[in-house]
Amino acid sequence: MSVEGRFAGRFGGFAVDAAFALAPKGITALSGPSGSGKTTLLRCIAGLARVSGELYVGGEVWQDGRTFLAPHRRPVGVVFQEASLLGHLSVRGNLDYGARRVKGAPEIGFDDAVDLLGLAPLLGRGVANLSGGERQRVALGRALLSQPRLLLMDEPLSSLDAGAKAEILPYLERLHRSLAIPALYISHDAGEIARLADKVIYMREGRIVPGEAEPTLEGVDAATRDRLALAALRAGLSV
Amino acid sequence: MGEVVWTTLRLAGLTTALLLIAATPIAWWLANRRAWWKEIVAAVTTLPIILPPSVLGFYLLVAIAPQSPLMTPLHAFGVRTLAFTFQGLVIGSMVYSLPFAVQPIRAAFEAMGPRPMEVAATLRASPLDAFVTVALPLARRGFLTAAILVFAHTVGEFGVVLMIGGSIPGKTEVISVRIYQLVESLQYGEAHRLAAGVVAFSFAALLALLLVDRRTDEAVR
Repeated sequence: MSVEGRFAGRFGGFAVDAAFALAPKGITALSGPSGSGKTTLLRCIAGLARVSGELYVGGEVWQDGRTFLAPHRRPVGVVFQEASLLGHLSVRGNLDYGARRVKGAPEIGFDDAVDLLGLAPLLGRGVANLSGGERQRVALGRALLSQPRLLLMDEPLSSLDAGAKAEILPYLERLHRSLAIPALYISHDAGEIARLADKVIYMREGRIVPGEAEPTLEGVDAATRDRLALAALRAGLSV
Repeated sequence: MGEVVWTTLRLAGLTTALLLIAATPIAWWLANRRAWWKEIVAAVTTLPIILPPSVLGFYLLVAIAPQSPLMTPLHAFGVRTLAFTFQGLVIGSMVYSLPFAVQPIRAAFEAMGPRPMEVAATLRASPLDAFVTVALPLARRGFLTAAILVFAHTVGEFGVVLMIGGSIPGKTEVISVRIYQLVESLQYGEAHRLAAGVVAFSFAALLALLLVDRRTDEAVR
C-alpha cells in the first residue's frame, strides 16, 4: 500500500518542507538529528498537527488542498516516545480502547497481538506499575489492535534503558516479520535501524534529504582500492 | 429545625450537581486555550471569591428582580421574579461558588496534558467520545474536590442567601441564617446545636477533601 505525501509550512519558528514516500510494506526508518522535524512529520501524518500539504494513503486522500481527515478518522496506529498508556484503564482496557471502536471484523486478533507481544501475564494489571519495556509493549499492542493501515512509531525505545531495549527488540523484529502494513519508525540509533528497517529516509532542518549512506567500495577500481587500503594501513600504523 | 436543615442540604446538593455540569465546559475551555485573554474569563469566574457577599448579593438581586432585562423573557412563562425564591437561591449559590468548581476541574484538566486526548484520537475516539471516556475519568479527583468544596461552601454561605433569599421558612431559610436569627433573639441553646452541627459537618468535609488529595494519583503516562 502506497503512502506518500508532502508537508510544507511553519510551526512557530520552525519550517517544514518534506516530501516523502514510505516502503509499501514493512518498516521505513526516519532518521536525522534531533530537532530536524521527525516527530513533526509523524504528527502531520497522524493528523495531530496541521500544516498545508498532501497525504495519500493507499489511494485515499487523507489531506490535500480541500480535505483534512480528523485524526480519529485516520486508520493509523501511533506509538509515542513515552508509552502514554491511559492511567484509568487496566492493560486489557488499554488494549480494548481502540479495538472496540473499529467497525467490521478485525484483521489483527486480540489473541494474536497478545501472543506476538507476550502480553498474556499483564492483561489484568493496572498500568501504573509496569516496567518501561512492558509499557511500550502494551502501547504497541494497543496500536495494532486499532487495526491500523499505517503504523507510526516515534522512537519507541528511546526512553528505555539498555536492558529494556534488549528485551523489546526481539518483539519488534517479530512484528516486522509478520507486519502486512507500512510502518514509519523514527530512530537515530543505527543499530535499531539496521535490525528493523527495510528503507531509510533522512531528515535535516525540516527537509527530507538524500541518504547518508555508508561509503562503500562498490564501483571503485582495483588500483584505487589498493591505494586506499595502503593509506588506511599506514594511518593505522602511525598512531 | 428539621425543615431548615433539609432546605440547606437540598440547596447545597442541587447547587453542587448543577454547578459541576455548568463549570465543566468552562474549565475545559480555560485548560485548553492558549490565548492570553482567556485569563479575563478566568478572572471573571474567580471574582466571587474576593467580592464581598453583600456586593454579589446586591447585583444578583438586581439581576433577578422583576424589572431586570434577564427576567423579561421569563415573564411569558408567568415568572415575574426569582428574588426570595428557592430557584433564585440556587442560581445565586451557583454564582457564589463558581470559582470553587472551575478551579479544581481546570487544574485537573491541565495536569492531564494534551497527550491522553491525542492517544484517544489515534485510537479512533471522536473528540466527544474521548472527552467522556478519557478526560472525565482522568480528571475525577478534580471533580470530587470541586463537589466537596461547592457543597461545603454552599452550606456555609450567609451573606448572599440573606440578601436574595429573604429567609422564608421552608423555602429559603437555611441553617446559617437561622443561627443568626436565633442569636439575635437570644435563643442560645438551639443556636449551639445548629452551630455545632455546622462545625462537625465542615470538619468532616475538610477531612474528606484532604483524604482525597492524599490518595496517590495513578500515573497518567
